[in-house]
Amino acid sequence: MATERIQMENELRNRGDAPAGNEAVVEALNRRYSAGFVTDIESESLPPGLNEDVVRAISARKQEPEWLTEWRLKAYRHWLTMTPPHWAKLDIEPIDFQAISYYSQPKNRPKSLDEVDPKLLETYDKLGVPLHERARLAGVAVDAVFDSVSVGTTFRKELAEAGVIFCSISEAVREHPELVQKYLGSVVPPGDNYFAALNSAVFSDGSFVFVPKGVRCPMELSTYFRINARDTGQFERTLLIAEEGASVSYLEGCTAPMRDENQLHAAVVELVALDDANIKYSTVQNWYPGDENGVGGIYNFVTKRGDCRGARSKISWTQVETGSAITWKYPSCVLRGDDSVGEFNSVALTHHRQQADTGTKMIHIGRNTKSKIVSKGISAGRGQNTYRGLVKVEKGAEGARNYTQCDSLLIGKKCGAHTFPYIEVKNPGAIVEHEATTSKISDDQLFYCRSRGIGEEDAVSMIVDGFCKQVFKELPMEFAVEAKKLLEVSLEGAVG
Amino acid sequence: MLKIENLHVRVAGKEILKGLSLDVKAGEVHAIMGPNGAGKSTLGNVLAGREGYEVTQGSVVFEGRNLLDLEPEQRAAEGVFLAFQYPVEIPGVNNTYFLRAALNAQRKHRGEAELDSMQFLKRVREKLAVLHLKDELLHRAVNEGFSGGEKKRNEIFQMALLEPRLAILDETDSGLDIDALKMVADGVNAMRSPERAFLVVTHYQRLLDYIVPDFVHVLADGVIVESGDAGLAHKLEEHGYAWIAERHLPAGAGAGAA
Repeated sequence: MATERIQMENELRNRGDAPAGNEAVVEALNRRYSAGFVTDIESESLPPGLNEDVVRAISARKQEPEWLTEWRLKAYRHWLTMTPPHWAKLDIEPIDFQAISYYSQPKNRPKSLDEVDPKLLETYDKLGVPLHERARLAGVAVDAVFDSVSVGTTFRKELAEAGVIFCSISEAVREHPELVQKYLGSVVPPGDNYFAALNSAVFSDGSFVFVPKGVRCPMELSTYFRINARDTGQFERTLLIAEEGASVSYLEGCTAPMRDENQLHAAVVELVALDDANIKYSTVQNWYPGDENGVGGIYNFVTKRGDCRGARSKISWTQVETGSAITWKYPSCVLRGDDSVGEFNSVALTHHRQQADTGTKMIHIGRNTKSKIVSKGISAGRGQNTYRGLVKVEKGAEGARNYTQCDSLLIGKKCGAHTFPYIEVKNPGAIVEHEATTSKISDDQLFYCRSRGIGEEDAVSMIVDGFCKQVFKELPMEFAVEAKKLLEVSLEGAVG
Repeated sequence: MLKIENLHVRVAGKEILKGLSLDVKAGEVHAIMGPNGAGKSTLGNVLAGREGYEVTQGSVVFEGRNLLDLEPEQRAAEGVFLAFQYPVEIPGVNNTYFLRAALNAQRKHRGEAELDSMQFLKRVREKLAVLHLKDELLHRAVNEGFSGGEKKRNEIFQMALLEPRLAILDETDSGLDIDALKMVADGVNAMRSPERAFLVVTHYQRLLDYIVPDFVHVLADGVIVESGDAGLAHKLEEHGYAWIAERHLPAGAGAGAA
């Protein structure tokens, strides 16, 4: 069987060849990061540092069973043998893992949503995440994670009636240990990579979703992550299981206060889709990106993987990544079941000094498996944006198909767009297509808009929005609006 | 309405307009003709405010204001419209959405109330009917995948919707078949009014059979060398631009040389 390995490196830098008129594009003005406030709330944190005692302490605080404590320790010991990955096209200061606190929780931990500190509720209100009864009418079930712990899950009762379990992962460990034990680490093993190992050792909270056989989840599920405390890392763990014929749409949003130090976020998300199950997972990531000089911002190292374990199952990832100083993230699909389908739709924006190395992996194992990748990268300021993707077709994946479309848009002269598509095909019958484009917002486009009366900034937003449309239409309606606004705000000052 | 005096314009270091003067009053239709390279498109671009066109001398006054001081979007809001020779594609941006954003931006600038989508759609339907355009045009992205003729028609549709005071048509007839040409002319004629002026830039006389101008100017080597009524266009058609060159330029400096 012929093994074909194509490695393409297609590096495009936006050099000083812009036509007259775009000179003014670039020098960054103020960027408004509207989620950058700090909530004054008492929190209990573990002192900075990481060792076996810290791992045990986290586990003890969460009253975890013995097996999970051991699972964490094993991951921790494995992590000690590993080194941080350096293959990504990212320029990162070394991270001092001993300077980070691995656990922070608001004091007076609430037992139910009604006991949640009003200040916390205010915080989520400011962010536009409604936890209150009045806002529950919005019809989206929300789990909110503040620093390390989950502070409340809405619509619990309604979901339970449908048989859907949606709660924090800590709670799932207590209430549904058999499910957690069965699936935790089954998609992303604890030793999968450096950051996944770290997460497995110290993960604090996150969401757990279980949709039983034949159930179509009656509403959108959503988790809101917020880092509040200083010097704290957030290591959430999300586990989502859709049994045979089940379907669910899940959305996560993320914000953090503006701080001068870099903060670490290393999450793991595992999705399992059994026969005929359908999972749609959307992310709007707006972690604090740092200021225009690259001071502060979140280091976002995330492992997300979906396992299409069953035949005809489907997992689709949609992400809008506008925040973080560093983004290292490759939401992937393992297409194990015959006729299973994987999708990845991404908009990643880097402005000022932001760096993103993001993409996906589509691993075709089952017969007639299909995958589709649509990646839209936008670079402005001195932002560096890299698409890195792997399409792998195993020997037995008869009839596998992949289509990849990878577009980059450059705004200004000092930013960069890079594309690294890796294609490994071990089945000669597979069809793999890759299309890539790099374009600039042209002076002609800007002038055309302006000559019709549309101001320069609005014209840029409009052109960028058009560029991202293919991905935005995959987002649930209200989040598509949100994502569009987020891009507008993130691009403020990109043209001037 | 528009008074251009002794306008000199450089593009990429080269002088293209060399002292052009033109006086356009409300209600008039002026045709600007001339050989390739005479500076016809430069005139349209400099009036609309495209960057890279450096005015070294002269003035342009529009409705009593110095037009050259205004940003392109301000000029649009003040009522200047340029129908592009090569309309630009904006992928993924819906044509209707684009036009509504444009119209409302202009209205906002003028202190008028913005139109909501129902009001806007009503206006769109009216204009579509006048121009015999298909609805389908509205649902597509701005000029994306349009044929040459569709792009030009879309320009005229935009003009109809934005209702400018001064419309500049930059070789709108180029690349059009006779039906499309008539449609463009119908659109322009329907908009002729005592308050509105047109500057029709064209290479051929053909368009002027359908849009009959009040004045015809011949632009050669950066200046207007001859002005007259619609009859001048016919003379040009008959004799060609060489006839102008013989009359106005020293021997050897053919106007078509640029």
